[in-house]
Amino acid sequence: MGKPESLPSAQASVDRDEVIRRLGQVLPPANLLHSREDTKPYECDGLPAFRNVPLAVALPENEDQVRAVMRVCHELGVPIVARGAGTGLSGGALPHAEGVTLGLSKMKRIVEIDPVRRTATVQPGVRNLAISEATAPYGLYYAPDPSSQIACSIGGNIAENSGGVHCLKYGLTVHNVLAVRLVTIEGEVLVLGGDGLDAAGYGLLALTIGSEGLLGVVTEITVKLLPKPQLARVVLAAFDSLEKAGQAVANIIAAGIIPAGLEMMDRLATEAVEQFVHANYPLDAEAILLCESDGTPEEVAAEIERMEAVMRASGATQIRLSKDEAERLRFWSGRKAAFPAVGRIMPDYYCMDGTIPKRRLAEVLQGIARLSEEFGLRCPNVFHAGDGNLHPLIMFDANVPGEAEKAAQFGSRILTLCIEAGGTITGEHGVGMEKINEMCVQFHPDELEVFRAVKRAFDPQDLLNPGKAVPTLHRCAEFGMMHVHRGQERFPELPRF
Amino acid sequence: MAIPEQFAEAVRDASAEKRCLRIRGGGTKDFYGVALEGEVLDTRAYRGIVDYDPSELVLTARAGTPLDEIDRTLAEGGQMLAFEPPHLGHDSTIGGVIAAGLSGPRRVAAGSARDFVLGVRVIDAQGRDLSFGGRVMKNVAGFDLSRLVTGSFGTLALVTEVSLKVLPKPETECTLAFEFDEAIAIDRINRWAAQPLPISASCHADGRLCVRLSGARAAVDAARERLGGEAVTPDGAFWTSVRDQTHTFFSSNAALWRLSIRSTTMPLDLGPQLIEWHGALRWVAQDVEPERVHAAAQAAGGHATLFRGGERGQGIQRLAPPVLELHKRVKRALDPDSVFGPHRIHPEF
Repeated sequence: MGKPESLPSAQASVDRDEVIRRLGQVLPPANLLHSREDTKPYECDGLPAFRNVPLAVALPENEDQVRAVMRVCHELGVPIVARGAGTGLSGGALPHAEGVTLGLSKMKRIVEIDPVRRTATVQPGVRNLAISEATAPYGLYYAPDPSSQIACSIGGNIAENSGGVHCLKYGLTVHNVLAVRLVTIEGEVLVLGGDGLDAAGYGLLALTIGSEGLLGVVTEITVKLLPKPQLARVVLAAFDSLEKAGQAVANIIAAGIIPAGLEMMDRLATEAVEQFVHANYPLDAEAILLCESDGTPEEVAAEIERMEAVMRASGATQIRLSKDEAERLRFWSGRKAAFPAVGRIMPDYYCMDGTIPKRRLAEVLQGIARLSEEFGLRCPNVFHAGDGNLHPLIMFDANVPGEAEKAAQFGSRILTLCIEAGGTITGEHGVGMEKINEMCVQFHPDELEVFRAVKRAFDPQDLLNPGKAVPTLHRCAEFGMMHVHRGQERFPELPRF
Repeated sequence: MAIPEQFAEAVRDASAEKRCLRIRGGGTKDFYGVALEGEVLDTRAYRGIVDYDPSELVLTARAGTPLDEIDRTLAEGGQMLAFEPPHLGHDSTIGGVIAAGLSGPRRVAAGSARDFVLGVRVIDAQGRDLSFGGRVMKNVAGFDLSRLVTGSFGTLALVTEVSLKVLPKPETECTLAFEFDEAIAIDRINRWAAQPLPISASCHADGRLCVRLSGARAAVDAARERLGGEAVTPDGAFWTSVRDQTHTFFSSNAALWRLSIRSTTMPLDLGPQLIEWHGALRWVAQDVEPERVHAAAQAAGGHATLFRGGERGQGIQRLAPPVLELHKRVKRALDPDSVFGPHRIHPEF
């Protein structure tokens, strides 16, 4: 974990009163918070380990106000941290103590739904789930569904390139956005993407998605909508070893099946959620898999039959099929409640987000088990098995001296394991403040320099979310971690088809 | 010296001598672009599939690998490149496919070339060997440079290796044909696409709408029953002809324009057209005033490109002034001395 106090300070020291006075000229009083009691609620996002009270919070209601705030901050050299619903897990919306937090929560209008073209145009503060709710009458929905979808905003999803349990089949945010209006630090509006499926020039829309608020602020988004599948059913399979469960995942994909969702939980995770939500999971299994099929009734029936056959052939000790929608939701409820369930057993947990090639799963999980012993901290695992995205949950008690630091070190070692296995430090939660140091492990200094060159092309003065996502070389030197060559195989000369 | 190191040296030499390089695979898309500048750097010597494991759904290949070889290897694993890249000649390489960022008929349902790129290894303008993205399905560490270089026509970096998400081939496919004029075809196909039907491609030409269904047999059979129409058998050759532009529509000697626009746009008054992607892609094969084509595309929320023939310079993709300015800045950030074949997609960068 990075240290929040090391956020870079603004170039010149900021005249707080002047900033507030100038922002007051472009925003109505109700849309500008600057007393400590008003700004304190914004001190952290979904990663409360990091806190900073911002200089001010601007809450624009429209694009013109966003542009005006950007111009003022640009002119005065004041950092800007954009914030959606504040549900992010990597400290991406952690405020800058000398900066302005730009909250987009008041921009929550659904501008247009075009049911024939299958698009929705919305403002950034619209909640992810609200898009699907608004388009449900047309039989359409917005596919990416991060676990926080009741609360998280589409603007935040753009910043993080959010995924969800269905992204193996339906893609991430980047695959489901057609266009954005992006306000630059100079206050200019750029339309990236368009009404067609591809736009002129470079792929700047894809570059912007997942850029964690470092390149601009999005004020309007046009997303693709998909026809809602008529039916979904889920198979729950139990296994007596993690290896067998991992092999079952590989066998399903190799059989040509792309499940709508494919999730794994280990024994510790299953036990934790069972006490909490009573999803009726088998408690004697080392791992369980949840495998969902969606589509037309004919399609689902045929696919479920194939899924069950593969699970059986892969050595499943028990197979259950959701018989109705209520049971399907119950099967999922445990998986979706995994984080809070762990939070109930232990005062604190630290959620990791590495992604690995699926074939390295058993090896990486064994590595995590060894580390768990070494650090003396329990670590249940939930896993987006279909796309190799691991969420180990390191359990600790911050009130025990030294335990938070131990958890952070444990986490950092897990991320290094993921990089060594040919994976990445973050599959969907973003780098933010949290994994800034591990960026030095994943990327070579030359690669980090290219990221910074791109950043300067958009924001030469480094005012947009400074200190997040891309570390300086200075920071890497201080962190003292060496770049690990990715995916170093033990016998690199052997073909691995 | 290893081949990537030779490439890196060529880039450094060109940079030192203020020359520019034109990165080229099989050269099947030399016709495309506003200008071809620089001395050719041929990537074809650097070929071969580096890693492919069907159960990972990821294939990693060197830039010079022939597209045909990739298709064959994937087919052996029962898989495919789901964006259905055009083979505009037998010499197409995967590097060229990614540099051009073109996608075929299935793009409307499965996604674009850019959507399937997971990571790249590149030689940058300073001759450094760098990697971005990765070989895993989900990865949000660092800016998405792999998707930025996709479709940049070799103007930002020399891609030496690419990792792509691949998908299983559908269990079955069939094609239905309907005698519809353009207006009805555009309306019907958009309405069908809003329903849970396994439609993977559509094409309208010569008063006939062809719709391809792909997926589980049960789903395809049910959809076929519901939609009616006349079955086209066999249909493989038809979709290949649309994908590779060997369909008779493309045999005209006139300039070929490509318009990427709002799918529901009513028929455009620009002469004979072939319509793909449920109306979102319109090919115009007629010598039309460039200004009229650009205006029509812009009015429909999109853009036009002079794809083939005509006068190269007239095909400039129109960019709004602040967007153009940002393109120039991005080009300068990654390639400050314009080593990589500048002006291929725009005279200003």
